[in-house]
Amino acid sequence: MGELRLMKGNEAIAEAAIRSGVDAYYGYPITPQSEILEYLMSEEPYKRTGMVVLQAESEIASVNMVYGAGAGGKKAMTTSSSPGISLMQEGLSYIAGAEIPCLIVNVVRGGPGLGTIQPSQSDYFQTTKGGGHGDYRLIALAPASVQEMSDFVKLGFELAFKYRNPVMLQADGVIGQMMEKVELFDQMPRLTDQEIIAKYPWATTGKPKSRERNIITSLDLEALKQEEFNLHLQRKYKEVTENETRYELVNCEDAEYLLVAYGSSARISLKTVQLAREKGLKVGLVRPITLWPFPSKIISELADKVKGMLCVEMSAGQMIEDVILATLGKTKVLHYGRLGGVIPSPDEVLVALETQIIGGK
Amino acid sequence: MEDVKIEDVIKIEDIIKQENLVFSKTKNLTDKTMSFCPGCGHGVAHRITMEVLEEMGISEDTIGIAPVGCSVLAYEFMNIDMQQAAHGRAPAVATGLKRVYPDKYVFTYQGDGDLAAIGTGETIHACNRGENIVIIFVNNGIYGMTGGQMAPTTLAGMKTSTSPYGRDVETMGAPLKITEVVALLPGTCYVTRQSVHTPGNVRKAKKAIRKAFENQKAKKGLSFIEIVSNCNSGWKMTPVDSNKWMEENMFPFYPLGDIKDEFKLLQK
Repeated sequence: MGELRLMKGNEAIAEAAIRSGVDAYYGYPITPQSEILEYLMSEEPYKRTGMVVLQAESEIASVNMVYGAGAGGKKAMTTSSSPGISLMQEGLSYIAGAEIPCLIVNVVRGGPGLGTIQPSQSDYFQTTKGGGHGDYRLIALAPASVQEMSDFVKLGFELAFKYRNPVMLQADGVIGQMMEKVELFDQMPRLTDQEIIAKYPWATTGKPKSRERNIITSLDLEALKQEEFNLHLQRKYKEVTENETRYELVNCEDAEYLLVAYGSSARISLKTVQLAREKGLKVGLVRPITLWPFPSKIISELADKVKGMLCVEMSAGQMIEDVILATLGKTKVLHYGRLGGVIPSPDEVLVALETQIIGGK
Repeated sequence: MEDVKIEDVIKIEDIIKQENLVFSKTKNLTDKTMSFCPGCGHGVAHRITMEVLEEMGISEDTIGIAPVGCSVLAYEFMNIDMQQAAHGRAPAVATGLKRVYPDKYVFTYQGDGDLAAIGTGETIHACNRGENIVIIFVNNGIYGMTGGQMAPTTLAGMKTSTSPYGRDVETMGAPLKITEVVALLPGTCYVTRQSVHTPGNVRKAKKAIRKAFENQKAKKGLSFIEIVSNCNSGWKMTPVDSNKWMEENMFPFYPLGDIKDEFKLLQK
């Protein structure tokens, strides 16, 4: 068993970054995730593992620093919250276009604009539908516990390098700020420069005479070549969808009604399932773990068996669009959510389920 | 007079012989035809940068960062590992790379719109932190690639497609001397302004670039080289006229020479 610690979600991300053998963290302060940069600065991982930690002048600079290090085959990451993630969209589009592996963490707060520092899930569209320009996808992981904040840093880098694709870890202010028991994984070594050259032949590590120069770019001015490159991306995204779709099912075997929720909303909905079961209602929970690729297939299969689904989100209803696309009218799908940083209670979710789905027409 | 063809008198095969070879292109440039307009200074700036890497024997350990602008395709011509950065972000990209490869050589190659308008923040902060990199800044006072729009460095009164009646400093701001600005920052070790429009100036510019990479080798911090260059297409002049115009108009406002060396300001 690994080392057990009581930690904030944000601290778990920082510690997991060091233990994953990350080479560089570049970040800029923003509530509710500044503890990540603070933790790393006080831990001095450059003494522990040689990991670089640098406070950048903006989120725009942070994400471009990640671009530079990632293009060199290094494990690089940044973290921010919603307004800062908006500033990074240009960089994310370039990173996706240049196929640079890296990890971006969004500890989501309420918007739009400066919004609030309170937790929210209103960045689902931005994470899963683009955000930046062009036909690209981020692999998006949604942790629902402090344990997963730690585990998904490691998983995120595995997926990023496996597919040469940016990975977004989309948490929210609840998971970032709450404390839970975490089992930390053991320290992984950072790769040496020679290991990087052997493992990532595409990386810009300096051109020896033995190979052609490596170029990291998202530019190709010839339309037919750019189309071919885009088709290559789409083939990759298809492969990711087939191999990496992750979800959790709770009490779905005999369920007549389903809650669909991720992140903090899934934790709340888990309690709602328990309350419903105590009342004799056959309710289950589908928790998407990857927001992209979305677990459409299982939701479609479950839609054949149940009488209705309630999507619980701390937003005006964003993930529900993917649930509706997955179910294609096979069952009733409605939304329940609180906005602007308000967190729903398990009881109010149960009331919504009973009135809108079970008792509703 | 009877027609005498030159090839009848001089046989090219007699000239192209190994013993007659007095000049060759650096191996650090590819054979791809450069996309720059004939007469433009970019090609020379590319060449002397690549020659310096070859002469110092550091080509295999150098990674360049290309900008957005006329030199966006620098990686097509520079035969070394290269990254292409978003508009203005090259100093941040270079920072991210250099911090994880402190023993490699990293440089950015940027134009005035990229470095002094959209990327001002990244430029200032990379310079202020004293990132151990080289920034090569080609200033031709115009957005060449997009068709000759006003740049941050466009001279007062200068006509461009977005200042068709001349740059009005009252409404459009004065031209930005970013090089003098970065010279004031503690992280810059060496700041100089050069040109590549005469053989003598090419030699001086190349010497400056060599010094910048030697500084990086000695881990001294950031070296910043501005190259004032012509844009004959954007300025709508012949190459010869554009160089004359540059001497008469650009150099009085952007005077050539070292501004800072060994962290000491040389000019007031």
